[in-house]
Amino acid sequence: MTIQWKAYQEKGFFDELIGNGVPRPAADKVCAYFASLEDAELQELCKATDLVIRAMGITFTVYNDSEGSIDRAWPFDLIPRIIDRKEWQGIEAGLKQRVRALNLFIDDIYHQQKIVRDKVFPGGLLEDSVNFRPECVGVDPPLNIWAHICGSDLVRDGDGTVYVLEDNLRVPSGVSYMLENRLVMKRVLPELFEENVILPVDSYPAQLYQTLAALSPRPGDFPEVVVLTPGIFNSAYFEHAYLAQQMGAELVEGSDLVVEDDDCVYMRTIFGLSRVDVIYRRIDDLFMDPEAFHPDSVLGVPGLLRAWKAGNVALANAPGAGVADDKVVYAYVPDMIKYYLGEEALLPNVPTYRCLYQKERDHVLANLDQLVVKPANESGGYGMLIGPHADAAEREKFADLIRKDPRNYIAQPMLKLSTVPTLYEGRPEGRHVDLRPFILSGRDIEVTTGGLTRVALRPGSTVVNSSQGGGSKDTWIVDLQ
Amino acid sequence: MLSRVAEHIYWLSRYVERAENTARLIRVNTHLQLDLPHHLRSGWEPLVAISGAGESFHRRYFDSREATVVSFLIGDYENSSSIIQSLKWARENARTIRDFFPREGWELMNDLYRSASSEIYLGISPRGRYNYLQQVINGVQTLTGMLSGTMSHDEGYEFLRLGRFLERADMSTRLIDVLTALLEQEHSDIDAYEGVLWMNVLESLGGSQVYRRVTQQGLRWSPVLAFLFRNRHFPRSFLYCLSELCDALKALKNNEFALERLNALEEHIRPLQPDTLDGESLHLLIDELQLLLGGIHQEIGVAYFNYPQEQKQSQSQ
Repeated sequence: MTIQWKAYQEKGFFDELIGNGVPRPAADKVCAYFASLEDAELQELCKATDLVIRAMGITFTVYNDSEGSIDRAWPFDLIPRIIDRKEWQGIEAGLKQRVRALNLFIDDIYHQQKIVRDKVFPGGLLEDSVNFRPECVGVDPPLNIWAHICGSDLVRDGDGTVYVLEDNLRVPSGVSYMLENRLVMKRVLPELFEENVILPVDSYPAQLYQTLAALSPRPGDFPEVVVLTPGIFNSAYFEHAYLAQQMGAELVEGSDLVVEDDDCVYMRTIFGLSRVDVIYRRIDDLFMDPEAFHPDSVLGVPGLLRAWKAGNVALANAPGAGVADDKVVYAYVPDMIKYYLGEEALLPNVPTYRCLYQKERDHVLANLDQLVVKPANESGGYGMLIGPHADAAEREKFADLIRKDPRNYIAQPMLKLSTVPTLYEGRPEGRHVDLRPFILSGRDIEVTTGGLTRVALRPGSTVVNSSQGGGSKDTWIVDLQ
Repeated sequence: MLSRVAEHIYWLSRYVERAENTARLIRVNTHLQLDLPHHLRSGWEPLVAISGAGESFHRRYFDSREATVVSFLIGDYENSSSIIQSLKWARENARTIRDFFPREGWELMNDLYRSASSEIYLGISPRGRYNYLQQVINGVQTLTGMLSGTMSHDEGYEFLRLGRFLERADMSTRLIDVLTALLEQEHSDIDAYEGVLWMNVLESLGGSQVYRRVTQQGLRWSPVLAFLFRNRHFPRSFLYCLSELCDALKALKNNEFALERLNALEEHIRPLQPDTLDGESLHLLIDELQLLLGGIHQEIGVAYFNYPQEQKQSQSQ
């Protein structure tokens, strides 16, 4: 027996690889390859993949009460997600445009707030924003860039349109898995790389280093760039270590750093203190500096914000960059693009109703059974209402919440997330995916080639988080010319 | 180099060395139990004492039979010096410095822990034991070779050497100590088996060939002890370990206090007269050497890992 693509069911979703029972042009060779494998060969491949992942030690950390912190093998599916280069170029341009506007917005918000004065963005939203940091007002970070690393989540709806679902401007993670997925794929299926023109992804660490090094407050050839991690128990620890290793930067924990009386940051080395120029921090704002934020944080470095404000150390992303990453602010991104760049957004937002405005609120309240309602500042799907799946009581509860605090809620139509064939008991079945490209902003803006495709491995599920049954796939940008 | 990273490298190195030496320790005792006549077999209790985990053992186990002790030394996650726990901690230290550690080295380390932990039962069974222990020893040696061949030989590498040779010096003396347990026995025929005893010790250290070539003497108390303590070229002799420690320290700055302690230790064994040592005084000597090694560890911690002057070791010994 072998895989028969004709028997593959798209089930009314947009499938990334198969359209109407036929492989899409960019996926043609891959589909033919998988169809040529006997079941036993396919099984062997899956086993080999498992072995490679274990040997490479690609893991993510799950914390639970009974076993403490466990380091689990990364769930990976062998069939890649494929995007035609032509389509990708459009997406890439859209992402660059978006991030440029977001950085202008953040800088404006912490300075003159022109966008508020011109009544494009309601200033009242800032008062409620948990990610607005009054401490950052008036600070001028190098190059006036706040969000140096952005991970934007893209989804494709039933009609094939690619939407931006959200922008992660605080400490987006996942890029190491994108890089590792490619290495796994090259080890397991080298022959596919001979047959296809697949654009490489491995320039990211070098670009990241360039982006960070350019922020150094001290001129010189070798700025001291470090990656600040909360430590080995953090779920993204693997990535912190990976990126530090790939960049040749030190991986430091809060206790390795100290801010001295000269407001400079130093790290504790075997031969004493040594000055640090740029910190790629993977710790949330509020835990970064117990002196400025949570006084009981043991992860942070007392005085870090002080050193940053004095311009003696660069922080990426800058504190306060998260102000542009809440779900209500998200709704204004197309307006920001128009306001700051004078352009129409190339990549659409998911249509979003802002409960702040009466007309939109009335629409939401009248259509709760068809919409997904999200609070502004929760992530990971907490505090959400999935209208079509909720009962009347839950909808009523949300209607109350919205009436009481309309500013804090937005609503979006339920999307039909696209699928990619994913191996399940030796057969391809459609599973829902999203895509997280990473955008680096420094002197230039650079976008990863593709990004991290996350896949909901459970049948019918749309939850792609690795802690909740999600896995990932290698993402190919294929050049057909 | 960050102090924290240096400390992780140091402990990583100590733990893999400990795993290897524990494997060697179990191997020598397994052979001894087979080679000696019944009334001379010391059983497995001495190994528990030598491993330094006697208290933990007796709290949780009620006999000292072979299966009990061997599983305690190989696969007990609550015994901080068991092979599996040593490898687990070595891997954990490697994971904490993944940014620094060579990727291929990490893959080996990861693999070594995984295969050792999935095959514990083989190590405990008398039949599978030899292969299991040999695999652990081979794995550690491969890792050592890999790191020597891929890691930058900068300060980080010196910490790898410090950990390895401090642990090895300590564990090699423990291995010799296995014998004192036998030699303290008052059987008149023990002398007839002296050759067998020393042969096993030398074999377990991989040193029997070197011994023969270097000393060209029979397997007797005095020349064997002189070889194990004072040979300058055999990589598991006590003096060799000290000279590696000395080289590693000299490659680092801020080394005066640790070097001072190291010199004192060398002075201690230089006048050693193996002929005059009986089982009991050898046992006492080994205790002293281990304390002095602990002092060197402490100085290294103060000089490079931000240990306060009188702090106890932060990871278990």
